[in-house]
Amino acid sequence: MLHYRGKAREILSSLGLEDFDRIRVKRGGDVYEGILIPRPEILDDEHVIIKLDSGYNIGISLEGAEIELISKGSRKREKRLPELGYREDLPGVSVVVTGGTIASRVDYSTGGVIAHERPEELLDLIPELADIANLKYVQLFAEFSENLTPKHWREIAKTVESELRGGAEGVIVAHGTDTMHFTASALAFMLRDLDKPVVFVGSQRSVDRPSTDAVLNMIAATRLAAQGPIAESVIVMHSSPSDDHAYALRGVRARKMHTSRRDAFLPVNDLPLARISRERIELISQNFRRRREGTSGVYLDDRIDERVALIQVWPGIPQGFLSSLEGIFRGIVIAGTGLGHVPKQIIPEIRDLIRRGIPVVISSQCLYGRVDLKVYETGRRLLEAGVIPAMDMLPEVALVKLMFVLGHTDDLDEVRDLMLTNLAGELGAHLGLNIFPPCWR
Amino acid sequence: MEDAFYRDVGLKVGLEIHQRLDSHKLFCNCPSTLREEEPHSWVSRNLSVSYSELGMIDPAARFESLRKRNFLYGIYFDTTCEVEIDEAPPHPLNEDALEISIQVALMLGMKPVDEIHVMRKIVVDGSNTTGFQRTALVALGHEKSYIETSKGKVRLETLCLEEESAYIIESTPEFAKYRLDRLGIPLVEISTAPDIWHPEQAMEAALKIGRILRATGRVQRGIGTIRQDINVSIEGGARQEIKGIQELELIPEVIRREILRQQNLLKIQEELRKRGISEEDIDDPIYDITDALSQTGSQLIKRSLSKGERIFGMRVKGFRGLIGREIQPERRFGTELADYARVFGGVKGILHGDELPGYGIGDEEVRKIRDMLSCDDDDSFILVIGEKSSSTIALESVRSRIRFSIKGIPNETRKALPDGNTSFMRPMPGAARMYPETDILPVKTATIISKIRELPKMPEETVNELIREYGINSELAWDLYDEGKIPLFKKLVSYGAPASFTAATLTSTMRMLRREGENIERIAEDHLIELFKFLGEGRLAKEAVPDILRGVARGDYSSVHDYLEAYSMNLDELDSLIDSILERFRDKVLERGDRAFGMLMGEVMKIARGRIDGAIVSERLRIKLKEFLKT
Repeated sequence: MLHYRGKAREILSSLGLEDFDRIRVKRGGDVYEGILIPRPEILDDEHVIIKLDSGYNIGISLEGAEIELISKGSRKREKRLPELGYREDLPGVSVVVTGGTIASRVDYSTGGVIAHERPEELLDLIPELADIANLKYVQLFAEFSENLTPKHWREIAKTVESELRGGAEGVIVAHGTDTMHFTASALAFMLRDLDKPVVFVGSQRSVDRPSTDAVLNMIAATRLAAQGPIAESVIVMHSSPSDDHAYALRGVRARKMHTSRRDAFLPVNDLPLARISRERIELISQNFRRRREGTSGVYLDDRIDERVALIQVWPGIPQGFLSSLEGIFRGIVIAGTGLGHVPKQIIPEIRDLIRRGIPVVISSQCLYGRVDLKVYETGRRLLEAGVIPAMDMLPEVALVKLMFVLGHTDDLDEVRDLMLTNLAGELGAHLGLNIFPPCWR
Repeated sequence: MEDAFYRDVGLKVGLEIHQRLDSHKLFCNCPSTLREEEPHSWVSRNLSVSYSELGMIDPAARFESLRKRNFLYGIYFDTTCEVEIDEAPPHPLNEDALEISIQVALMLGMKPVDEIHVMRKIVVDGSNTTGFQRTALVALGHEKSYIETSKGKVRLETLCLEEESAYIIESTPEFAKYRLDRLGIPLVEISTAPDIWHPEQAMEAALKIGRILRATGRVQRGIGTIRQDINVSIEGGARQEIKGIQELELIPEVIRREILRQQNLLKIQEELRKRGISEEDIDDPIYDITDALSQTGSQLIKRSLSKGERIFGMRVKGFRGLIGREIQPERRFGTELADYARVFGGVKGILHGDELPGYGIGDEEVRKIRDMLSCDDDDSFILVIGEKSSSTIALESVRSRIRFSIKGIPNETRKALPDGNTSFMRPMPGAARMYPETDILPVKTATIISKIRELPKMPEETVNELIREYGINSELAWDLYDEGKIPLFKKLVSYGAPASFTAATLTSTMRMLRREGENIERIAEDHLIELFKFLGEGRLAKEAVPDILRGVARGDYSSVHDYLEAYSMNLDELDSLIDSILERFRDKVLERGDRAFGMLMGEVMKIARGRIDGAIVSERLRIKLKEFLKT
């Protein structure tokens, strides 16, 4: 193997060199000796990287450099992994691996992340898991979550269904965090009669660093999947920057609200369902679907129509923008401003779209609070045009739900009815004064 | 003679100088400001070791990870950000800091590498929130990179740019508490080859490197901003990394005492060979011997037992007399063992057979203990007081240290103590602890090197210029240089006071006041400017300077002008001063008449200078002298 490209590759391969060979580089009177380290693809093809005996990597320009092999690199030693035991007294939990950093390791040769293939790799980092559940791995794909599509949602949902029907007491979905709340919502709609926990888990700090949040997140997720009473599609991630608790958030009420913090996921228009430490689960809410004992009777309803757009209006959005979506999409979710408003110049287009059979759902960019179109004139004119208010649903959830609904009907009245019916806890929250989070208050 | 001794023991010393740079943090834009007050909030974390780049877990990392510890981090909302607490990826490498470090490398004749790669050095003691310290090799030494000392060349090997660790507040085996104000301050680390063969040479080399760092004018100054770690070994001994030497002057003593320690440990090894003790002999089990001391009169033991703690013991075969043997002044082999017990087991310390009877434990009790542990006459034993699991870990770590003493001296990271002794901190880390920081792109040095048009003057050059230009001696000139006071000196000298006096005021007078315990931080540049202006105008006597500065340091005066006001003389006071002087020199005045005026003026001014205008003094003295001669 030689992870170099272009000019560097030509030079190195002509010398028969491979990654991890010990080499000597002479350049401008200086001599460097060390192990040839693979070069990440995004870097140029004019330098070699060597690891000096001190452990430091340095890049040496190939210009005028003389390279020689000192000795071939030893094959990387196989990591000794802990053995996967089986304990009669522990519940079985399946881990469906879709990608992201939670169930992966960094490949230093490419800088990329490689998904785990076996639960042993996870146990190597988090041996505590072996005392909570008997883990089984289902390797689905290794995608960053931004690359996932509704087709992936279907496949994940199908796998979860079959794991639950196959006897798992709960399923963990190891998922990238970027679009985790989309997938968690999709599964909330697609898994009907859900009677066991489906726990989405991810990590914001990759497992190659000792400070990774994956350890607590995974312990909490496994605990919830194995023992938790909540039979819903939930997200389990850190509750704060500290490593002491994770929250279980209802998938249709969660949103990634920070680019990098461990506690990036917040519940919107909802409280966390539970707080989970390494040792126990503390319920915060009693308002959830309960686990049923015995073999799962969950069934998959994966009829969804992907042709739905989510667009955000902005001041000065030109006329014609919305109309241009017709023909590509069968439904549109608009994230409006404030209570659910859009600039008045685009209301006629919205009316036309609806007239031509394209449902338009109005949610709010505010995220928190409820859409209310009766307060101001713009809202009333939107209602009159026939839009469907998303009420207290998040824009992303409205998108996923509209896809699901359009997979079942194209009758506008039925679409409206379904959109305004609570299917999976996504609608009709009690908005107490304790659900809006600014942390400096 | 001394030289021959060090050559003979084969002393080898290498230095690692760490200097904080005067720039914002290395991987974010937070200021490099240290805080004193209670942090605004705390975050609690754990660290888990993952596999390193080559798929191996380093022993040092494993050692730390065996200790399930909580780490508490104190954060400041205004001067630390998400990066320090590892809630956001690092920003690109601080280019200002990189430029300074390349400048230093060039001044030291080192060669910057073509492309700098930031590495993660695994550190799981919690001192970095990430579990690793970010560090980058900036330059390498070659045959022309060395420091010249009076005892020979010291080659420079590497120059690294790295982030400062978090400030530790408290540490126990269960948790450690840190503040994040210090984490991420850019540090330059310069490592020398182990070319140093004499303790004094180590100090000289450290001083020279420190001066070159300060020559950039872009490094932090003050306590804690520069640290010297040393690597010491002697022939037949083992390399030790000694950290935390607070003062340059302590380096030779630390080295001398390390030589002594290694020699004494080697003597113990030799003695063990004579006694025929092998590694296999050191495998005694650990027993709960609480019963032997249940009726004890020892306060120490009683207190522990009342807390529900137990006493655990272990025989050490053939070690009688060796555990109590002194290996450094005031430190015994037993002290070394106690370090292990503390670090690994978190217990308070150990008791051993060579120091008992003692601590209120009597002969009879010692006999019982020896009995329970089946000790023969030439055996010794170790006791640990605490709860079972930590005591067991403590005794096991002591046992493995004792076992090692049969084959030699272990490589350790040790902490310098204020008297020059050292104590065990942790096993020395291996090299496998580094892997690439994938969040930061490599940086090419060529563009930065091309930006550096001119290097700062070397310290010798600056000091020689100062000597030439101002006629001060070399000691004063170096003092000004080392204390960073050359610009202030040049400014103050321009007001007209003599250069040597000005230099001495800024250096030795200030040092004297600090030694006396005065708060010289109160003496601001403005005070000095005012003072030297008065001196230049002749309104103040040089003799008054220490008093004035002391007064300012104590907060008695807010300005030099205040001092003059407080001390100014009125005419009555002047008259009585003149009277007393006329009386004192009565004979001379009568003898010399009017011609005594000059001498008298001098005597009066000794006291009155700066307190009343000289013209008034002269006028009053003339009148008074006339009157005096008349009568």
